[in-house]
Amino acid sequence: MKNKDTNLHVRGESCFVDDFPCPAGVLHAAVKSSAIAHGTIKRIQIQNAEKLPGVKRILCAPDIPGENQIGSIIQDEQLLADHEVHFIGQPIAIVVAETAEIAREAVELISIAYKEKPAVVDARIAAKNGQLIAPPRTFSCGDTDLAWAQCETISSGSTETGGQEHLYLETQGAFASLKEDGGLQLISSTQGPTAVQRIAARVLDLPMHKIEVDVLRLGGGFGGKEDQATPWAVMAGLAAICVRRPVKLILRRHEDMIMTGKRHPYSSDFKIGLTQDGKILAYEATYYQNAGAAADLSTAILERTLFHASNSYYIPNVKATALSCRTNLPPNTAFRGFGGPQAMFVIESAIVAAAEKMGVDASSIQEKNLLKDGDELPYGQIMAACRIKPCWQHNTERFNWHEKQRDVQEFNQKNKLVKKGFACMPVTFGISFTNTSLNQAGALVHVYNDGSVSVSTGAVEMGQGVNAKLRTVAARTLGVNPESVRIDSTNTGRVANTSPTAASSGADLNGHATRIACEQIRQRLIEFAAATLKTESENITFENSRILVSGRENDLTWNSLVDSAYWARVSLSAQAHYATPKIHFDKSKEKGHPFAYYSFGTAAVIARLDCIRGTFIIESVDIVHDLGTSLAPKVDLGQVEGALVQGIGWMAMEDVVFSENGQLLANTLSTYKIPDIYFAPEKIQTHFLENAAHPAGLFHSKAIGEPPFMYGIGAWLAIRNAMKAFRPQAEIPFTAPFTPERVLMALYPK
Amino acid sequence: MLTFYLNQNKIATSLHHGTVLLDFVRRESRLPGTKEGCREGDCGACTVLLGEIADEEIKYRAVNSCLLPIGSLAGKHVVTIEGLNLRENTLLQNAFVDEHASQCGFCTPGFILSLTDFLLNNPTLNFEEAILAVAGNICRCTGYESIKRAIKLLLTEVESRIELSLDKRVPELVRTGQLPEYFNTIPQKLARLEFDVEPENPGKIVAGGTDLFVQQADKLLKQPLQFIDDGQQSREIYRENDQCIVGASATMEEVRKTPVFREILPEIDTYSKLIASKPIRERATLAGNIVNASPIADFVILLLALEAKLILQIGSASRTVDLHNFYLGYKKLDLQEDEHIHNISIPIPNPGFKFNFEKVSRRTHLDIASVNTAAFFAVEENKITDARISAGGVAPIPLLLKNTNAFLQDKIIDPAIVESAMKIAAEEISPISDVRGSAEYKRRLLQQFIFAHFHTQFPELIGAEVLA
Ligand SMILES: Cc1cc2nc3c(=O)[nH]c(=O)nc-3n(C[C@H](O)[C@H](O)[C@H](O)COP(=O)(O)OP(=O)(O)OC[C@H]3O[C@@H](n4cnc5c(N)ncnc54)[C@H](O)[C@@H]3O)c2cc1C
Ligand code: FES
Ligand code: FES
Repeated sequence: MKNKDTNLHVRGESCFVDDFPCPAGVLHAAVKSSAIAHGTIKRIQIQNAEKLPGVKRILCAPDIPGENQIGSIIQDEQLLADHEVHFIGQPIAIVVAETAEIAREAVELISIAYKEKPAVVDARIAAKNGQLIAPPRTFSCGDTDLAWAQCETISSGSTETGGQEHLYLETQGAFASLKEDGGLQLISSTQGPTAVQRIAARVLDLPMHKIEVDVLRLGGGFGGKEDQATPWAVMAGLAAICVRRPVKLILRRHEDMIMTGKRHPYSSDFKIGLTQDGKILAYEATYYQNAGAAADLSTAILERTLFHASNSYYIPNVKATALSCRTNLPPNTAFRGFGGPQAMFVIESAIVAAAEKMGVDASSIQEKNLLKDGDELPYGQIMAACRIKPCWQHNTERFNWHEKQRDVQEFNQKNKLVKKGFACMPVTFGISFTNTSLNQAGALVHVYNDGSVSVSTGAVEMGQGVNAKLRTVAARTLGVNPESVRIDSTNTGRVANTSPTAASSGADLNGHATRIACEQIRQRLIEFAAATLKTESENITFENSRILVSGRENDLTWNSLVDSAYWARVSLSAQAHYATPKIHFDKSKEKGHPFAYYSFGTAAVIARLDCIRGTFIIESVDIVHDLGTSLAPKVDLGQVEGALVQGIGWMAMEDVVFSENGQLLANTLSTYKIPDIYFAPEKIQTHFLENAAHPAGLFHSKAIGEPPFMYGIGAWLAIRNAMKAFRPQAEIPFTAPFTPERVLMALYPK
Repeated sequence: MLTFYLNQNKIATSLHHGTVLLDFVRRESRLPGTKEGCREGDCGACTVLLGEIADEEIKYRAVNSCLLPIGSLAGKHVVTIEGLNLRENTLLQNAFVDEHASQCGFCTPGFILSLTDFLLNNPTLNFEEAILAVAGNICRCTGYESIKRAIKLLLTEVESRIELSLDKRVPELVRTGQLPEYFNTIPQKLARLEFDVEPENPGKIVAGGTDLFVQQADKLLKQPLQFIDDGQQSREIYRENDQCIVGASATMEEVRKTPVFREILPEIDTYSKLIASKPIRERATLAGNIVNASPIADFVILLLALEAKLILQIGSASRTVDLHNFYLGYKKLDLQEDEHIHNISIPIPNPGFKFNFEKVSRRTHLDIASVNTAAFFAVEENKITDARISAGGVAPIPLLLKNTNAFLQDKIIDPAIVESAMKIAAEEISPISDVRGSAEYKRRLLQQFIFAHFHTQFPELIGAEVLA
C-alpha cells in the first residue's frame, strides 16, 4: 500500500510546525541559554534587550505561573534556570518579539553574570564524586564469582561509545495560541503529546483539559522528541499566555544542537569467561552512563541497557551493574535503541577480546552462544519463539558467508594498502516499554455516514510509517478500501493519556487499539446488516467496501449500509483501549517478564579500508530480519535500512565532541557529520525471515523501529577486522565511533 | 526595486538585498515547501533551482537558498517545489512515492529539486551522476537505499518514456509532462524584465555568498553589499598565452567545466567530488575561496601547487601578487581596503607533469578537510626537476611546503627520498588541535599524503613497503 504522506512530501505539500499559516498578530520567541556549564546566576540584565524595537516581552523564571519543573521520571529539571545552571545551553530566558530575527538579536543583548563552579563532563569522574541520578542497579543470574574458576579463557577490558545527535531534519519547535477560556492550543513537534500537555499544565498552572496538544507529523524524531520536545512547547505556551498573542518558537539548528540532549555516551568495563570450546560461561559488565545534567529518561534507558547486556547470547552467569552519572552536559535522552546499543557494544567487544585471546574468529563464538527457546535471560524472562538461530542460519546460507569470508581473505592477500574486514552482528531486542505501565494505548474511530473513516490514536507519525500501518489495520478490520480511511492528527482532545510514540511500539499498541475500536463498529454493523438482510450475523463479512452474505456479493455496499445504520441510530463511533497482556517486572528482585516478545535478526558487514589514509567504506551489509508477517513491507524495509545507516553513523562517523568545560564543539552541520549518500553502504540486501508469523502480534506482525539500528555495530567490528588485516599487532581500543583519525592513529602508532 | 521571477510570478521587492532566498520564499512568498534544516549549506533541505540566461539559453542549477542573497537574483528565475508541481505527479515524484524514498518527508523537496537539476542538465542520465546531484542532500530517515531505488526507477522510466536531447531539455520536459508549461515562457519573460542595475556602491563584496552567509547572514542584513556575480565578463575563463585566466566571479563548477582548466587538471572531476557539494560549487567562486582565507581552502591548495597569481585592483590601479605571498597570517591578507581580486592567473604547465590532490575529512564528501594537499611534479627520467607541494590544515595559512619542495628538487625518486620528504614535511608544519583533528593526527596525515603523492604518481617506484 502506498504511504499517503509520501505523496504530499514529494510535492512539498506536507505541513510541519513551521509551515502552518500564521494567524494575524503572531509573535516569535527565542531562547537565551547558559554560557557556562556549571555555576550560579548572579545577575540577569535585560534592559538593553527590552529596548530593542520590536521586542514585546522577556520572560524569566519568576514569570512562570505554576511549577518551574519539567522533569518527567525524576523532577530535577527547571524550564528556565532561576539560580543554578548545570549545562551550557540550559534555557534561562525567553524573548518574545515581532520577528524571530529581532528575538534573536535581543537574546544577544541579554547579559548574564555568573559565578562559575567546576564542571564535570566525564561519567566515571561523576561516579567517583557520587553524582548519580539514582542508585546503581544490578541484574544478575547464576554466580559469576564461582564460574570464573571453570573458564578456560578470561578477558577483560573497557569500552567507550560516544553520544549521537538525533539530527531530525526538522528542528524542535512549537506554536501556541490562546483559547477563549484561558486555555491553550499547542502545535508541537513531539513524540509525546501527553507529556507536553502534562508538563504544560504543571508549569502554567492549568488543568490538563484546558490544554490541547495537536501533532500532525514530525520531520524526524528518533527519540529526540520524546521528552525534549516538551520545553519548547511549554515556553511557547508560557509566552502566549503572558503576551496574550499567538507565539511561535522554532529552534535554529545550532541552538537545537547546543540546547538539547543526545544519545548517552557510555564508558564500560567488561570481563568475560569462556570454556575451551567457546561457550560463554560468565560475563560481568559495569556501565557508566553519562546522563548529563538532569535525569530526563536516563534511568529508563539505563534499565534497557541492563536488559540487553547479553544481547543474543545465552550466558548462565551474568552480573551487570549500571550507574547513571550526573554531569554538566545537556541532559541526554532517548535515541533509537534506548540504551540497548550501548549494552550490545560492550558484549560484542568482550567477545572480540576473547576471540583474539583464543585465536579464533569472533563469529564462531557468536554463533556458538546464540539463544534458543527455554533459555533464561538474566532478568528471568524465558526465551520463547526464539528466532535468532534461524536468522543466523538463513543469513549464512542465503548470502553465502563462507564464500564472502574467503573472498575477503583472498583480497587481503592480494592487496597491501587496501584491506577488507568481515563481521557479523546478531540482534535480539525486547519489545515493550520496560516501564510496564506505558504499554497501553487508545484509539477513537469514527465512521461518517458517507462511509469514510477517521482514526485517531496516540501514535505520532514521524516518518516511521505508523499511519500507513494504522490505515491497514482499520481497512482490514472494517473490510473497507484503505482509500476511505484517514488517519487524523494526534490530538490530546481526541485520545487522552497517551504513551509517547517510542520503544518501537507505536504501531503495535495503537494498532491493537485501532483494531479493537474497529471491531466494535464492525460488530454493530454486522448485526445491523444481518437484521436488514434477515440472516445470521455469522454469515456476514465485509470485504473491499462490499458486504458479503455467506461469501456472496450483495446489493448492499459499505456506504449504503453505513448510511442506513446511521438513520437507524446505530453508533458509528468507537473508542478502545489496549494494554499489552502478560508483561510484568519486579524491580525489587530485578526479575520478571518485561517484554511482550523479541525482535531478532542478523547482519553481515564487509568494510573496505584505505590503509594509507585511514578512511573506510562499508561495502555491503546483508541482513536477515524477523518482523513476523509485515503489515507494510516497504515501510518496514525503509525502517531497517534507515536504522542500519543511523547505526553505522553512530559507530563509524558521528562524533559528539565536547570541550573539557562542557562546550559542544561539533555544534553545526559543518562540524557534526552524519551519513550522506556516499557514506551509506554501497550495497544493502535485506531479507525478511520467511514463515515467521507472530501469532500474538498485530496481524502477526512485529515491531521494527529500533532493532536494526544495532546492526551498525557490525560495521565497527568489520572495520576493526580490516585494520587487523593490515596490522595484526595493532592495539585497537574498544572505542566508538571509528573516525578516520582514530583509525589512522591505531594503524600507525608512534 | 529588485525584480526576478519566482515560479510563474514576477517579483519586485525592496527588501534588503542580503535577505536570503530561503526566508524570502518561506515568509514573504508563503511557499513553505522549501525547508530550513541548517542555514549553512550542509543539508540541502532548502534546495531551489536558479535559472539564468547565458548564451541566449536558460540554464538551471540547483542551489542552496539558505545561502543565496536575493541581491544575486536580479533578472533570474527561481523555482521552488511549488513551481514544479503539476496536477499529476511527475515521473520523479512518482518514483519517490513508489519506492518509499521519503519517510518523514522533510528532506524530500530538496531531493526532488536536486534531481530536477540532474534531469535538466545531465547529458547521459546515468546513476552515478544522479547520485552526485543529490550528494548535498542529507536524509536522516531512509539510509538512502530507497532513494537509490527511486533513482533507478526514475532512470528506467525516463529512458523508456522520453527521448531527451541535451539542448532542448526544458521544452522536452514540458512536453512530456515533467515540467509545468510556464517554463517555456520564462526566457521571454526574463528578457522583458526590467531591472535597475545597482550602481557599484561600495560595500561588502558578495560573490557566491557561500562563505559569507554561513552564520553571518543576520549581520549582513545591516550593511551595504556589493554583488559581483552578475557581470558575465567577470565570470570568464580563458587562455591568454601560457596562462589560464579565471575571472573573479567564476564559480568552481564553471571552472571545472572549462577545457583550458581541464587541460591543467585533467582529474578535476575527481577532486571536485571532494569539495563541498554541487549546489555549493555552483555558487562558490575561486576568488571567494581565496579571500575567505581558510587554512584548508581546497581550491587554494590546488592553486598554490599550480603557482597561481592574483591580479588585484583598486579602481583602475592593478597589481599582481603570487598566491603564496598573499597570505600574511591567520586570515590576514595582502589585500587593501577596497581592493579586490580581478583575475586569477594560472600558468599552464608543460605536458608530462604529474599532479595529485589528497584530502581527508571526517566524512569524505561535503566536509571540510582535516588536512588537504596538492602536489605538482615535473620529472625527467625519475629525477624531480620541479616540486610544488602545498598543504592545508597544518598551519595558520594554506601553505607551500618550502623545505620539502626544496629538498625534493633534483632528487631521483626512490623510497628513501619519500621517507625523508615525509619527515621534513612533518617538521615544517605547525598544526593545532581542533574539531577537525588533533595536531598529532594532522601531522601523521600529511606524512601519509606525501607518501600517497608519490605512490599514486609513481607506483612503479614507490610501493607499499614505505608504510610497513
Ligand atoms: C556547505 C559548505 C561546504 C563547503 N565546503 C568547502 C570545501 O569542501 N572546500 C572549501 O575549500 N571550501 C568549502 N566551503 C567554503 C566556501 O564555499 C568557499 O570558501 C567558497 O569558495 C567561497 O566563495 P564565495 O564565492 O561563495 O565567497 P563569498 O561568500 O561570496 O565571499 C567570501 C569572502 O571573499 C570576499 N570576496 C569574494 N570575492 C572577492 C573578490 N573578487 N575580491 C575580494 N574579495 C572577495 C567576500 O567579501 C568575502 O569576504 C564550503 C562552504 C559551505 C557552505
Ligand atoms: S538549510 Fe540546510 S542547506 Fe540550506
Ligand atoms: S525522509 Fe526524513 S530526513 Fe529524509
